[in-house]
Amino acid sequence: MSAVNSAAAHPEEHHDLPRGMKRWLYATNHKDIGTMYLVFGTLMLFVGGLLAELIRSELMTPAMRVLSPEAYNQVITVHGLVMVFAAVMPLTAGLANYLIPLMIGAPDMALPRLNNWGFWLLPPAAVLLVLPWGLKLLGIGTGTIDTGWTMYAPLSTQSGPGADFAFVAVLLLGLSSTMASINILVTVLNQRAPGMTMMKVPLFAWSWVITALLLIAVFPALMAGSIMQITDRHFGTHFFSAAGGGDPVLWEHIFWFFGHPEVYILLLPTAGVLPHVLSTFSRKPIYGYEAQVYSFCAIGVMSIVVWAHHMFTSGMPTAANIYFMLSTMAISIPVAVLFFCWFGTLWRGSMTFETPMLFALGYIVLFGIGGLTGLVLSDAAADQQYHNTYFLVAHFHYALFGGPVMGLFAAFYYYLPKMTGRMFSERLGRWHFWLTLIAFNVVFLPQFLLGIAGMPRRIPDYALQFAPLNLVSSLGAFVLGATQLLFLYNVLRTVFGKSGTKATDRVWEGAQGLEFTLPSPPPFHTFSTPPVTE
Amino acid sequence: MSGEKVQLWRRLAVTAALLGTARAHARAFYNFQRPVTPIAHDVLYIHDLFLVIIAVLFTGGLGALLYSAIAHSRRRNPNPATFTQPVGRKQWLWASVPFAVLLVIDYVVLGIPALHSILALADTNDAQMTVKVTAHQWHWQYQYPVYGIGFSSNLSTPQAQIEDRAPKDKHFLLEVDHPLVLPTHEKIRLILASTDVIHAFWVPSFGIKQDVVPGYLRETWVEIEKPGTYRGQCAELCGVGHAFMPIVVVAKSPADFQQWVSQEQSREAAVRATATETLTQAQLMARGQAVYLKNCAACHQANGMGLTGAFPPIAAGRPFNASPQMLAALKSLGFYANGVIVEGPVAKHIRIVLHGIPGTPMPSWSSLSALDIAAVITFERNSFGNHTGEVIEPAQVAAAESGH
Repeated sequence: MSAVNSAAAHPEEHHDLPRGMKRWLYATNHKDIGTMYLVFGTLMLFVGGLLAELIRSELMTPAMRVLSPEAYNQVITVHGLVMVFAAVMPLTAGLANYLIPLMIGAPDMALPRLNNWGFWLLPPAAVLLVLPWGLKLLGIGTGTIDTGWTMYAPLSTQSGPGADFAFVAVLLLGLSSTMASINILVTVLNQRAPGMTMMKVPLFAWSWVITALLLIAVFPALMAGSIMQITDRHFGTHFFSAAGGGDPVLWEHIFWFFGHPEVYILLLPTAGVLPHVLSTFSRKPIYGYEAQVYSFCAIGVMSIVVWAHHMFTSGMPTAANIYFMLSTMAISIPVAVLFFCWFGTLWRGSMTFETPMLFALGYIVLFGIGGLTGLVLSDAAADQQYHNTYFLVAHFHYALFGGPVMGLFAAFYYYLPKMTGRMFSERLGRWHFWLTLIAFNVVFLPQFLLGIAGMPRRIPDYALQFAPLNLVSSLGAFVLGATQLLFLYNVLRTVFGKSGTKATDRVWEGAQGLEFTLPSPPPFHTFSTPPVTE
Repeated sequence: MSGEKVQLWRRLAVTAALLGTARAHARAFYNFQRPVTPIAHDVLYIHDLFLVIIAVLFTGGLGALLYSAIAHSRRRNPNPATFTQPVGRKQWLWASVPFAVLLVIDYVVLGIPALHSILALADTNDAQMTVKVTAHQWHWQYQYPVYGIGFSSNLSTPQAQIEDRAPKDKHFLLEVDHPLVLPTHEKIRLILASTDVIHAFWVPSFGIKQDVVPGYLRETWVEIEKPGTYRGQCAELCGVGHAFMPIVVVAKSPADFQQWVSQEQSREAAVRATATETLTQAQLMARGQAVYLKNCAACHQANGMGLTGAFPPIAAGRPFNASPQMLAALKSLGFYANGVIVEGPVAKHIRIVLHGIPGTPMPSWSSLSALDIAAVITFERNSFGNHTGEVIEPAQVAAAESGH
């Protein structure tokens, strides 16, 4: 024991707040790394958003006006990759880094140096995705990857050098996510404050336990697949080329074996934040804590065995189509349990509607639409009509913007006063919510109708009967994009502004949890002495 | 503009009002296109059922949420309850009701019709005719083995309309030079193949969407109940021309179909006869230019300059860089040396157009007539700054094709 003490005495001096670039480059503090993830994710959210606005500009009217077909394919691909891998995943990882040690009473993450490495792999990966555009301006190559984010072979084999950049980016992102996941898992399993049993761990931490297990289980498949793509492209292998004895559909299986759990990897962390927010603003304890934990587990397990419902039109045997349809329908049960618990938490509460609560309620409504239309898509027969149409595009935007992104906004507004020690502008927050809710529906409700009417996705130009609804959708997209600037302004104003109300330690009247027993903002080091929970 | 908007709102209102009876309005813009096959009817039935069910579930959920938000606000309910789970057998029973209902919806209400149509869709037995559909970047090719006929089907929308330099036709982007013609009231098996990447054959009115995977044969079937023109398009991202490879199906009564078959047979016989014709360079150049713009320009570009990194220029002397396989193939064929495209030998040129270059996106164009191939090669060898002065006659191509 004394040896530990004397060893600890020395680094103590270095633990003073480091200054300048070194603080961030060499960061091992979970709050600093969490902050970097959040800043990086927000930046990439705006990059992805800008690409979305380019897509909607091209689709505003029939005829090619803004982008060439080559550029359009590149823009949709990078929009997808950036939003999934560089925006939403880092944002949820940022919340985990910042909040989980505070929630479970740990002094820091279990593996701080791994944490640093995990973060610093992200910026190079993001650069790899957009660098080919810069190279093209210099006359090198054909731009970035243009295959859609699903990177289906053999289109990806045929694609220009941008595809190599993308596959290497996937490898970096995979390494980064795997490290972050191992770290979070070890932290929650080993670093809990005395008395905090697993069934007392806050739901957000639980949701990340399942997310981390999923990432560790499925990301290696995508990384292996990316290497196979690279060797197919450059070293004469034929994993995905039928001419050499390979099978293009094999890539679809590899991709979706990763890709379907990925949907829940994006979703679960915010499904974990939601009960905290709902409970706080309805001033009522979380309803069905255990049911939610078991639902997270069930969703995690089931998500690994349903992947080929993304491939109902690929020509699989009938038995496979039936199996994947029936197993997909089963996921509706644990997801319905979550909805039931969210309603149960609100029911007969004493609700107020601050910005985080508004976003949480918006999450329930929009993600509800995403979930219900997902039920529709699980039907292998009807999917013949929905697959690869704008119905699908609308569905997954309701599921991924309506769920994770709305949940991230809720989390941002909920924890921002805790992180900065200052309250944000409630008025701007409410404007942000209502404009986002309305504009989002104006963008994506018409897309359901477009898909039903027969408009395929990933086309830069379309037939005339699709024109009116596309115009509506595009106009909505411009408003939705502009609205997010309100959010940016509100956050920057809170972080850097001198004015503004000071946040109390508890921040919100009904807030529960160890993180709200700390000062706002929390000091650089917290819980050096573990708190005791009974 | 405002009139259009008002109409849109009116339509949306109508959509909402008629959700339950959507089937009666199957041709409205917010619903599936008119179903004309057994599968399409099945799918529309499932779709309508789904819409009603999820509309009810959503309305119920949203209603409960709004009620709770109003009735359980702090102003109306200052003292929150503290329950955290169902208590007692009765509450547990009530709490399990929604899940039981959901299970019934999943596996009975939706599951049974779904199983029925999945099995129906998979049953391609007892077809009266088989048509082979081949997907290329970026057009479709249709062959009727029993009748010995076949042709390519290309987008016929002029480039000027796509670039917004001309007013658009009614069927902008959904029109082709040579539609697939099928008889009504016959079960037709479609065998699908691809020569390059994954495409998907989709005609909304038929209720089918089938991926077309290179190296494999996929199959599906249709039985069209009404004569008419049905339009669809490729539904799997297949490169820069993905939006520009529509599928147009003209369904004819069996008698009219037979008539069309004999017309088509004599047309193709006439085309075959042209293989023995001898044309002047000017005639070949004129025809070749048309063939080039229709079939080749999507990749090699109308100006013959290709696309860096992907599609080689036709113009000799132009620098080009691409995948090692493509460069090696071009080099061994004699069309690439020292980093630039060169004018290779005629025989190899004919071979490339006839059989494609394996391992690269260049497909086989053997579906074109010997005359068209001769014309396009003559055109390529005497345009874009190329000046071999050579004239390739259909007979040369026909000889190469038959292996002499």
